[in-house]
Amino acid sequence: MSDFLVQFNNISKFFGKVIALKDVTMKLKKGEIMCLLGDNGAGKSTLIKTLAGVHRPDEGEIIVEGKKTTFDSPKDALDMGIATVYQDLALVSLMSVTRNFFMGREPMKGPPFLKTFDIEKANKIAAERMGQIGIDVRDPSQAVGTMSGGERQCLAISRAIYFGAKVLVLDEPTSALGVHQASVVLKYIVKAASQGLAVILITHNVHHAYPVGNSFTVLNRGKSLGTYEKKDISREKLLSMMAGGEELNKLEVELQEMNRSSTN
Amino acid sequence: MSTKSKSIESKTDFNQDERLKKVSKLRILLNRPELGALGGAILVFIFFGIVAGDTGMFSAYGVLNFLDVSANLGIIAIAAAMLMIGGEFDLSIGSMIGFAGICIAIPAIYWGWPLWMSIIFAFSMAVLVGYFNGILVVRTGLPSFIVTLAMLFILRGATLALTRLITGRTQVPGLRVLIEDDPLAWIFATDTFKWFFTWLGSMNLIALRTDGTPLATGIPPSVIWFIALAIISTWILMKTRYGNWIFASGGDKNGANNVGVPVGRVKISLFIGTAVAATIFATIQVLDAGSADTMRGTLKELEAIAAAVVGGCLLTGGYGSAIGAAFGALIFGTVSMGIFYTDVDTDWFKVFLGAMMLIAVIFNNYIRRKVTESK
Repeated sequence: MSDFLVQFNNISKFFGKVIALKDVTMKLKKGEIMCLLGDNGAGKSTLIKTLAGVHRPDEGEIIVEGKKTTFDSPKDALDMGIATVYQDLALVSLMSVTRNFFMGREPMKGPPFLKTFDIEKANKIAAERMGQIGIDVRDPSQAVGTMSGGERQCLAISRAIYFGAKVLVLDEPTSALGVHQASVVLKYIVKAASQGLAVILITHNVHHAYPVGNSFTVLNRGKSLGTYEKKDISREKLLSMMAGGEELNKLEVELQEMNRSSTN
Repeated sequence: MSTKSKSIESKTDFNQDERLKKVSKLRILLNRPELGALGGAILVFIFFGIVAGDTGMFSAYGVLNFLDVSANLGIIAIAAAMLMIGGEFDLSIGSMIGFAGICIAIPAIYWGWPLWMSIIFAFSMAVLVGYFNGILVVRTGLPSFIVTLAMLFILRGATLALTRLITGRTQVPGLRVLIEDDPLAWIFATDTFKWFFTWLGSMNLIALRTDGTPLATGIPPSVIWFIALAIISTWILMKTRYGNWIFASGGDKNGANNVGVPVGRVKISLFIGTAVAATIFATIQVLDAGSADTMRGTLKELEAIAAAVVGGCLLTGGYGSAIGAAFGALIFGTVSMGIFYTDVDTDWFKVFLGAMMLIAVIFNNYIRRKVTESK
C-alpha cells in the first residue's frame, strides 16, 4: 500500500502533565536518511526512547512495512528491525572487538548442553565486517578501548546492521568526534543507507546533518516544526529554525527598538 | 591503526592478518591478565629454591604441604575472581566458610543426619546465601561491598549464636568417624594417586615413615578441586557464552543490558558461585580436621580478593582471569608455607601479602590504562 519502510504517525507522549512529544510524524523509505534536529530539551531523547520501544507512545501509530504495530519492549522494536545505537554505544572498552560485536548474541558450536562460544567464527565475521567499512582490525581480540571514537561508533552501527537492522536510529553519532572522525562515521552512514537501510540520524549539528540527510525534521519543545526535503530548505534556514530563530529575530527587533527609544 | 577507507582491499587485509598473527602473539601474551601472577609465582619459586632448596620444602611432603594451602585459598580465590570480573565483591566468603562448616557438623552430630545429607544441606544453604546476596545487590543497586559486608557480620554472628544455642559451645568435633562409608564425603576427603606415592616410597624416592609407608600419602582433595575449578572456570570465561556475559556485566552493565545480556542473572549466579566455593573449602577442611569451628574462615575473603587482584582482576570489573587467581593463590600459599623453611620470622608473611597486593594493583592499573587508551 505504501512504499514507506517505517512510519511514525502523530506520536505523542505525556509524562503526567508534561507534554514531552506532541503529534510528531516521521516517514522513512528504504535508503533514506532522515535527520532529526533539535536543540537541548526539544524532546529528542523521549522520541528516541519511543522509537526504541522503551516508552510506549500515548497517542499515534507505528507502522512497520505496512503493518501497524506496537512496541512493548526494546526487544520488540529490535525484532521488527528497528535498532537504536545510543550515545554510550553499548560497548565495553575492556573487551575485545569480537566479544563486543557478539555481546549477548554469541555464535555457538558443539553438541547440545556443551555448546561453546565459537570464537574463531566470531573473529572472522567481526574482522570481515569491520573490513567492509574500511577499518582494518589487525587483531579482532584487541580491546575496543584501543579504538578511536569514530571506529567505536562504526563498530556499534556495523553490529546493529549485522544483526538484522532495517531501520537504524542513531543518537548523536558524531557529537563526541573530531572533524575527521565524524566524516568517517557519516560516510559509513551514507553507505549503510545506500544498501537499503532507513536511517534516523538524531543530532543537533546541522553541519553534520545537512550533507548526508535526504530530509530533515526539526523538533522544538516537543513539537515537530515540519519535515523538509533537502531541496526545499537551506542549511541556514534549518539552523535558524533549530535555534528558535523566530525568537532570536523577535529579540533583535526588541533590542533595536530599545536602542531607538534610548537615543531619542 | 588507520581509519582511512580501504574497504575495497579488505580481502588482502585478511591475508596480511595471517602474516601479522605471529608478531602479535607476544603482544597478546603481554596483555593477558594473568601474566603478572605467573611471573610472580616463578620468582617466588626461584627465591625459595635458592633460600630453602635444601631444607625439605621441595620434598614430596613439603610440596604437597604448600600446594594444599595454596589450593584451599585457590578454591575461593577463583570464585572471587569470577565475581570480580562480573563487577562485584563478596566479603562474606570467610563467614560463609564458618557457616557452612556448622551446617555440616550440627545436623550430622546433633540431629543424627547422615553425613551426605548434611553436606547437601550445607550446599543448599550456600545457594540460598549466594542468591540472597545477589538479589539484594541487583535489586537495590547498592554496592556489593556494603551488602556483603553486612552479610559478613550477619553470617558470622548467626554461626556463633546458633552453634552456642544448639551445642553450648563454639566447636563441633566428632565428624571423623562418620566419613568412612559415606557415599558423598569421600569426594571431599580422599587423597588420590596413593599408589603412585606408595610406589615412589618403595623405590626409596621419597621420605618414609619409620613403619615404611611414605610420609606423603597422596594428593590431597583440595588440590584436585583446585585444579578442576581452575580449568572449568577458565573454560567458562574463555569459551562459553556465559563467560562473555560475565565480562560484559562487569565491564559495562548498562551496555550489556542494552544488547540483551541478562546482567542480573549473571551476577546472582556468580554470588552463588562464591558461596558454593566457600562451602567446598569448608567441607574439605571440616572433614580433614574432623571438627567444625565457628571462627573458621575468618579474613579468608580478603585473602581471596588479594589473590584475585594479584592474579590480574581489576577492582572495577570486566577484566581478569581464573588462572591468574590460581597463580595468585599459589604465590600466597607457597610463601606462607615456605617462610617456615627460612630463617625469616613468619610475622613477615602479612607484610609480604600486603606489598604483593599493592604492587599488583599498581601494575593492573597500568595495564588497564594501556588497554583502554585510545590511539
